[in-house]
Amino acid sequence: MATNADFANTLIALADDHLILGHRLSQWCGHAPMLEEDLSMPNMALDLIGQARNLYSYACILEGSGRSEDDLAFLRSDREYKNCLMVERPNGDFAHTILRELYFAAFMHPYWEAAQSSADKTICGYAQKAEKEIAYHIRHCGEWVIRLGDGTKESAERMRKAVTALHPYTEELFTITPAHQACIDAGLLPDLATLKSAWSMTISTIFKDAFLEIPEIAFPQEGGRDGRHTEDFGHLLSELQFMQRAYPGQKW
Amino acid sequence: MYSQGLIGAEDNVEETPEFLEEFQARIDREEKIEPNDPMPSAYRKTLIRQIGQHAHSEIVGMLPEGNWITRAPTLRRKAALLAKVQDEGGHGLYLYAAAETLGVSREQMTEELLSGKAKYSSIFNYPTPTWADIGAIGWLVDGAAIMNQVPLCRCSFGPYARAMVRVCKEESFHQRQGYELMMTLAEGSPEQREMAQDALNRWWWPSLMMFGPHDSDSTNSDQSMKWKIKRFTNDELRQKFVDATVPQAERIGLTMPDPELKWNADKNDGEGGYDFGSIDWDEFWRVVKGGGPMNVDRLAARKKAWDDGAWVREAALAHAQKRRDRAEASKVAAE
Repeated sequence: MATNADFANTLIALADDHLILGHRLSQWCGHAPMLEEDLSMPNMALDLIGQARNLYSYACILEGSGRSEDDLAFLRSDREYKNCLMVERPNGDFAHTILRELYFAAFMHPYWEAAQSSADKTICGYAQKAEKEIAYHIRHCGEWVIRLGDGTKESAERMRKAVTALHPYTEELFTITPAHQACIDAGLLPDLATLKSAWSMTISTIFKDAFLEIPEIAFPQEGGRDGRHTEDFGHLLSELQFMQRAYPGQKW
Repeated sequence: MYSQGLIGAEDNVEETPEFLEEFQARIDREEKIEPNDPMPSAYRKTLIRQIGQHAHSEIVGMLPEGNWITRAPTLRRKAALLAKVQDEGGHGLYLYAAAETLGVSREQMTEELLSGKAKYSSIFNYPTPTWADIGAIGWLVDGAAIMNQVPLCRCSFGPYARAMVRVCKEESFHQRQGYELMMTLAEGSPEQREMAQDALNRWWWPSLMMFGPHDSDSTNSDQSMKWKIKRFTNDELRQKFVDATVPQAERIGLTMPDPELKWNADKNDGEGGYDFGSIDWDEFWRVVKGGGPMNVDRLAARKKAWDDGAWVREAALAHAQKRRDRAEASKVAAE
């Protein structure tokens, strides 16, 4: 049986994915390759941060501990963030950023589809809205992966490098923690194992048009769901948490 | 990918006295001038310069505020700031589109910005060292922009006027958001108050400079007024801004950094208004000419984004060409 703590902790991990990826995307704002992308990067970041806020807020209610969305977002130590490692990877070039977003969106789309039949009505509601938003991320990023993969020699090479660099991090999306398993058993959240085929289908369809190959992964990279992060993560947190740490306990 | 078809805009209108008189008569009748209408080349040039500068200001303006997106203190503020900066980019996009109707491409305008030939609002050459700067920009900079832009909704050139209607709605929302942020700081801890006051001290005078030189020193004003591109002079707009903003500062207990500021009941034809101290025009010209604290950094950031993104834009063009070629080949094969 899933306890409220199991449910809350699983939602917090998912919210962490969204917050951290939103943070990374937002770093492009004003620095993108063209004005349209200066608009779409913050647009996608806003979707992700909006979803993170919903999930954190609901987790706070489930916890009943009096914590707020901002306590969760800004006032935990690095080990307490349970996002998967992929979302915290530095942006790299545009090919890396777009591919990372595609990998994540291709995972979240079937997730939100399945979550619409959750036994929890709040999750059903979030899922209906989020599914529409994330479908756009797949479309937008998928189109870019195809353009770059089937563009110039340089763009194709950069796209291949991005696949090599990021694919080892995709496995962790499907990691099921004991708390998550309890939520699956209680019909609260989707069984991640059932999402794999939809994810693979989205990626392989796009890769085919982009002339990209799905690499064999010898050594998957994971650890984020257990709070073991990469070296870049501390730097990300120092920026994200700066105001709350420098001026504790104030209203903004 | 940006060079959209130039819509025959470089028309060679013969600017006879009759033509110029009729053009002025249309303006005086408050008719909108549309892109395909004949217009004097100086009218076209003035608008290209002004709309281009306006678009560049929106784009460069994304940088000082973008500086705080990753460090916003709460998720609510972060989302609002992201949305705001995205709006500014959107304004840049409409404005480039409005300028394109006059026969200049976005790519040309971008090159002029990056080469330093085209100007943008000097206000964005000041830094945003603290979170309170985000409030000050929304409240003061967007507030000053609204004063300038509301009359532009009635500008004689149709596409610019229509773009301004939407821009003004969004700017007005940003201004309220910025003021609310400042109010929160002003009502907060001593540290927060100090942060708010410090931001006001730094942004007040540059905000007044946003209206441009005094009317007596403004080179473009007279003709623009005649063509109803501008509806009010620089000094008139500056006075309106001061009169609107001083009470807002008082309401939240912040002090304008101007010892000469005082109410003058005789001002504005007896309606009253504020007298204020002299603007440091040396500072104004220094920043206009490239010597402000952030001029070099702002252009360097835009240039880096443009240069680093070149391979992406090239790839998009190459891919589009490949698709066209393939579609053509399959059409031929089918025939």
